[in-house]
Amino acid sequence: MGAIRRRSLAPYLLLAPGIAWLILFFLVPMYYLAITSLQTGSLEVGYTFNWAWNNYREAITTYHTQFFRSIKYAGIATVLALLVSYPLAYWIAFRGGRWKNLFLLLVIAPFFITYLIRTLAWETILADSGPVVGFLRAIHVLGPDGRLLATSVAVVCGITYNFLPFMVLPIYVSLEQFDTRLLDAAHDLYASRTWSFLRVTLPMSLPGVFAGTLLTFIPAVGDFINAQLLGTPSQYMIGNVIQSKFLELTDYPQAAALSFLLMATILAIVLVYARLLGTERLSG
Amino acid sequence: MSERIDRRELLRRGVAGSALLTVPGLLAACGGGGGIKGAAGTTATTTVNQTLAKSVNFSNWPLYIDYDPKTKRHPSIDQFTKATGVKVNYTEDINDNPTFFGKIEGPLAHGQSIHRDLIVMTDESGFPQRMIGLGWLEKLDKSAIPNIKNLVPAQQHPVWDPDREYSLPWQSGMTGIGYDPTKVGGDITSIKKLLTDPKLKGKITLLTEQGDTMGLAMLANGDDPSHITDATWDRAMKLLQTAVKSGQVRQFTGNDYAPLLAKGDIWACFAWSGDMVQLRIDHPNLKWVVPDEGAMIWNDNMLIPKGGDVFTASTLMNWFYKPSIAAQVADYVNYISPVAGADKILLKSDPAIAKNPLIFPTEAMLAKTHEIDPKSVNNQKYKQQFQHLIGA
Repeated sequence: MGAIRRRSLAPYLLLAPGIAWLILFFLVPMYYLAITSLQTGSLEVGYTFNWAWNNYREAITTYHTQFFRSIKYAGIATVLALLVSYPLAYWIAFRGGRWKNLFLLLVIAPFFITYLIRTLAWETILADSGPVVGFLRAIHVLGPDGRLLATSVAVVCGITYNFLPFMVLPIYVSLEQFDTRLLDAAHDLYASRTWSFLRVTLPMSLPGVFAGTLLTFIPAVGDFINAQLLGTPSQYMIGNVIQSKFLELTDYPQAAALSFLLMATILAIVLVYARLLGTERLSG
Repeated sequence: MSERIDRRELLRRGVAGSALLTVPGLLAACGGGGGIKGAAGTTATTTVNQTLAKSVNFSNWPLYIDYDPKTKRHPSIDQFTKATGVKVNYTEDINDNPTFFGKIEGPLAHGQSIHRDLIVMTDESGFPQRMIGLGWLEKLDKSAIPNIKNLVPAQQHPVWDPDREYSLPWQSGMTGIGYDPTKVGGDITSIKKLLTDPKLKGKITLLTEQGDTMGLAMLANGDDPSHITDATWDRAMKLLQTAVKSGQVRQFTGNDYAPLLAKGDIWACFAWSGDMVQLRIDHPNLKWVVPDEGAMIWNDNMLIPKGGDVFTASTLMNWFYKPSIAAQVADYVNYISPVAGADKILLKSDPAIAKNPLIFPTEAMLAKTHEIDPKSVNNQKYKQQFQHLIGA
């Protein structure tokens, strides 16, 4: 009897640290953030809780441009990261041989440098007088006075670069576990190489793609460093707005409302995405 | 050295991320402990304890005090400890005003000590003025600061603290035009020209600091940035909006304009005098001028937050108002010293610094500088509009 009871408690005991962590560092701050988002006032007169839904209405009407821009930039960056990462992860997983670990290390290597410095480095790489702009001008992709810095191209590239490893690693893991004998089986059944990739390899790696896209997209939507360093005001994302609301304007209620809206938006997008990809996987 | 991001901006963005965690709610949640007597608003400074504490906590900006690379120590502080026996815990943890304010705002709002006796914040950010209003600052113990007599006259009566009851300047700086004469093709000394000349389209940056950018725009319009009205504000806003819309302005920056200017990505910009002193060491061709229309001047101020040790902190302030110590600091930091007599001492020890008008500006230059109207930097409507202008 005792042994059975202990066994039935075990899962809960195992979950306890995780749940305590979530309550302390997620739910409690969330609760206060929710309260703050429905307050009005200022530091000088104090904040009062009065169900100020207007904070939300105002946030949407004033900042929808930055909201959509964030989703657009993050979306493009995620697709670009996927296009770069999939072949890279594929190559490392199947052709990397004994250098696999070295290649993986190289993928993560930029992470040994702080985010800020990594992004600042792009200011140098994309400088007007730098080699990239010089080359693009020479082949007439850019006009003689064209530039990359302080444009949306630079911001999207920055985001793509900064979150690339989050895309590579999950895809690599899902490909690495892939049983190559399945490909032999596909060949035996007269599948062409393209066909066996599309019908076997790709579906098997979808969990990695799914995880990778989420790990890239979610932090990218809230990013503000890239827009601030590589962009101009007309590239500012919702993260920049929230930062300025919190720190420059000390308008905590509006900032909290914006944060909640951002969370809700991301959640909605992720749910739709999960549904789409989920059904595709079933039919695939 | 010149291409480093400077003290104002160093970790601004990096720290800003973590500062988001200091929303009041989270702090309230963590609550408790370290309470100070008397909540915000009460002034119990009449009976100041006049004994020196064993140690004093001084928070300042990075690279903002004399430093001996050989001993890796700050000589002026060591000398203070030697003279008074008070140990100074000197921390360079202020990287920009809003972030630091976000950090200390939670505890101060709940009447808790921030465990600092002396902090340094910029007047044009509006935060020192707000903190006085909120009752978050202690009054200085002027009986411990006889050297206050060395404060230069121009700095004695700022609008936001008319009798210097709560604050003493640490260093000052001017905001004017920095430019590369070879790119511009000559000199550019007019703000109006900077904002409108089609030759400079996409080659200029302005500052994200509201007081600086709006102040200079007002000067360009011939308006007075020290007494702002809705009409002068709107005029300046219109001038800037036009410049942004036409693509004249490439970016709004903190002091990351410095590498852009050095590399030639931008040709001219609103720039801080102290940064340009640094930048000119490696790029002597770059220039900084007080524009024809005038320049802005700002102060970083020493303040004693509620709960700080007033007497010990005041004694430390007094130390830095000794001309010989002020000269030692000025020789290293290259901003403008508010202590009269520091230049005379430097004239002997380091004449190049003493004669540099960006560090010891001439009377004629100072006559053309203006302080920003402190009401404007805390005006919520103005702040909204400015943040909107710079894109957020």
